[in-house]
Amino acid sequence: MCGVCGCGDNHVHEHDHDHDHAHGHGHPEHAHAPGLTPTRMVQVEQDIMAANQRYADANRRLFAQRGIFAVNLVSSPGSGKTSLLVKTVEALKGEIPVAVIEGDQQTGLDAERIKATGVPAWQINTGKGCHLDAHGVGHALEHLPELQGGILFIENVGNLVCPAGFDLGEAHKVVVLSTTEGEDKPLKYPDMFYASDLMLLNKSDLLPYVDFSVEKAEAFARQVHPSIKSITLSARTGEGMETWLAWLRAAAALARIAA
Amino acid sequence: MHEMALCEGLVQSLEAQAAAQDFTKVHKVWLEIGALATVEPEAMRFNFPIVAQGTLAEGAGLEILCVDGHAWCMQCSAPVAIKAHGEGCPVCGSFQLQVRDGQQMRIKQLEVS
Repeated sequence: MCGVCGCGDNHVHEHDHDHDHAHGHGHPEHAHAPGLTPTRMVQVEQDIMAANQRYADANRRLFAQRGIFAVNLVSSPGSGKTSLLVKTVEALKGEIPVAVIEGDQQTGLDAERIKATGVPAWQINTGKGCHLDAHGVGHALEHLPELQGGILFIENVGNLVCPAGFDLGEAHKVVVLSTTEGEDKPLKYPDMFYASDLMLLNKSDLLPYVDFSVEKAEAFARQVHPSIKSITLSARTGEGMETWLAWLRAAAALARIAA
Repeated sequence: MHEMALCEGLVQSLEAQAAAQDFTKVHKVWLEIGALATVEPEAMRFNFPIVAQGTLAEGAGLEILCVDGHAWCMQCSAPVAIKAHGEGCPVCGSFQLQVRDGQQMRIKQLEVS
């Protein structure tokens, strides 16, 4: 039997690397003593994230069936994600069905800000948790309209570390970096910028007052993720918002066609 | 911090395996963690005994096999080893790299009874 995937074939799995550790198959690293319960080895070969991945796959199937374009917005706290979302859903509502899932440790404040625009929103409080997981997002969907052919925005917990590792079933992670933060964030938190396909440089209206170089931030992001796209915008003044909205409309159109 | 959640997922996987492979106690767990995975092995070692308390894996040993990151360098047209995202090709310095391996977080095998 194949020891890698557990199937019955004697096929060869290709590896372009060498393992530098010993595979201790079948031999527990201790001596068996009389009177002790004998132990045995079982092969597992399972991803630690398998449970989350099952839920993420189920969410993704649901999005595909309904032609929903799902975006997972990630950033550090205070980058302006919620303000950006409020402006975004205000611009899109009436044109495309939109809904928002808000993730925060506590309070329903962000969901209230979205609902004030007339767009449906559901708040997930993670308590002590540092990220949203696919299971929680699946349940949040039960509280939102069907959103056929629409856009679902998932605003993750403000955290540039943990949400990088959790697939929620989204089409893309979009990372928001604001000009009041360091332009070297992509190098300091590479996993998140590697996981994201689009970077939004928010608070562009503050560029004249802060020492933030858009060119450097983009160069650092591409160092981590060569194909990452970047849009500079200001949720406050509206600068650059049309580019972001055009990106969303195009992606949502493709998701609708594919359904 | 999310290593606590990963350890909870790990214990859930062990419970599912216990039902499928007919065992009641886990004595040792072997994990394979890639250098590019979003997990810190030391934090797993710290969290696992805490999360495992009161479960079938209470007191179980945890062995972590760390695997190097590997990528394809577009400039060199060759496979290269990398330690982290954002580090250039160790040969030519280019950042045009396609990750091939080193993102895994896998349960390899278990010692059980």
